[in-house]
Amino acid sequence: MNLRAVRGLFALLLLPIPALASLGGDVTTVQADQAKMQGSLRSTSNHSYILHEIQTSTGVAVKEYVSTSGKVFAVTWQGRFHPDLRQLLGTYFDEYAQAEQAQRAQRRDHGPLVIQHAGMVVQISGHMRAFLGRAYVPQMLPAGVRAEDIR
Amino acid sequence: MKRAPLERTLFLILLGALAAATGCSSAGSSSTTTTGGGTGSTTSNVQAITVNTGPTAAPPVNSPYINGAFTSVTVCAPGSTTNCQTIDGILVDTGSSGLRILSSAMGALSLPQQTASNGSPVVECLPFVDGITWGPVQTADMTIAGETAKSLPIQVIGSSSFSTIPAACTSFGAPEDDLADLGANGILGVGSFAQDCGGGCTESGAANPGLYYACPSTGCEVTTESLSNQVSNPIILFPTDNNGVIIELPSVTGAETSVSGSMIFGIGTRSNNALGGATVYALDPDLGNFTTTFNGVTYSDEGFIDSGSNALYFDSNTMNIAPCTDFTFWYCPTSTLSLSATNQAFSGGASGMVNFTVGNADTLTANLNDGAANGLAGPNPGTFDWGLPFFFGRNVYTSIEGQNTPAGTGPYVAY
Repeated sequence: MNLRAVRGLFALLLLPIPALASLGGDVTTVQADQAKMQGSLRSTSNHSYILHEIQTSTGVAVKEYVSTSGKVFAVTWQGRFHPDLRQLLGTYFDEYAQAEQAQRAQRRDHGPLVIQHAGMVVQISGHMRAFLGRAYVPQMLPAGVRAEDIR
Repeated sequence: MKRAPLERTLFLILLGALAAATGCSSAGSSSTTTTGGGTGSTTSNVQAITVNTGPTAAPPVNSPYINGAFTSVTVCAPGSTTNCQTIDGILVDTGSSGLRILSSAMGALSLPQQTASNGSPVVECLPFVDGITWGPVQTADMTIAGETAKSLPIQVIGSSSFSTIPAACTSFGAPEDDLADLGANGILGVGSFAQDCGGGCTESGAANPGLYYACPSTGCEVTTESLSNQVSNPIILFPTDNNGVIIELPSVTGAETSVSGSMIFGIGTRSNNALGGATVYALDPDLGNFTTTFNGVTYSDEGFIDSGSNALYFDSNTMNIAPCTDFTFWYCPTSTLSLSATNQAFSGGASGMVNFTVGNADTLTANLNDGAANGLAGPNPGTFDWGLPFFFGRNVYTSIEGQNTPAGTGPYVAY
């Protein structure tokens, strides 16, 4: 299936409550986390996943990719600041934080963060006042969805 | 790089012995400090910068930096010309704004603490791409190349007085609060923004991004911070030459031990900082980015020039340049690649092609004595990051938002 071709056919539904789920978590965590971010939420869907687009109260554009089985398999963000990564990465946050420190011990410089684990990919780039990041669980990508589709 | 641990250790011991025997080290590679005077004798707007292995090359860290442009600054208690420290090993960063100095590099200097409206000390959580810095906001007179920014709010990183970092702060990344993690004694942010946070931090409630905290003894809470109290680009507080900066570095072929260049303050304010034939690329005033197109992919409002990134970081997409097997954050092509990309002003308009090389990072960083490497590059899926190698062989102008120049009001970059 060509995702780009069907993108124009997305169904658009407006949900009343702003929310933020965690990477790897169930879509039900949307409700549990709803109080954390105060912003607007827009959801679209195609045959492979539902895309929740959240504009946080600090102006960060967060996207959450939810599979048809209800799991958040990828998240992206873009804005002047980072979102709350502890919440957004959920159970993957500790692995991310440890990998960030391990990579820093390996390198003596500053540059974008590229963490490429077998079970988790986190990539953060940009600079002060302009950050961009994405995280996904490779094993959870639905059939036909490539890493490049997560932007 | 990947020198065997034993070989690396022996090399560093040898290096240390050599430094001890000669009783000196290269500029910017140690944290020597001086007290008294400290404003320097020069009245020019030109500051020397050195790309070398930096302060982490020496014990106790023993891990040389690659492609860091280092300089020194003199900080004094406001109004004082004697209660001062000159601190070297400061990383010159056009990708951020504001002066940040490790508490451990401050020596005996004590600066006045900024306080919030409730009288509590103000402490900052500053998010970078690869981590955060945490520490109190204090006020200093900063002098560099005869230019002085009076009553400048700066961040003192890693102060033992504020050792507990709020969880909301580490949710932005892991702390870089000591020499080993920061890779420098401090960061001199001379980027295109006037302050490090901007309007967001003046907002109360959920709209506040949570960079500034008021920290009574009972614990830290996010606070609002006015623009004038925020950690600011020191250049905007200079009496003159306050609209931007030029970084000038010589060409570098492969890897070199050290290269010397200049940081010149002001754009079109004196005979030595005219734009000349440089092309001006307007930046997005919100994000400080322009547009870069590489190998058929356009990074719209996702390209930027950043002396604080130590390599060219971009996605090779269909070219599939191989990352190094050990240092996966760098590229290791089997032979040096000659590539090009096109930069374009944010709003359209000025456009120009940039030729660059991508070398084998294992080869370029094999000699731990080398502090400068042209061709160092690495993967980065999201943006096109023109790091320090872009500056080699160029004069790069960074103008500051809202400041007037002969080419109009900032922000823009020119080269």
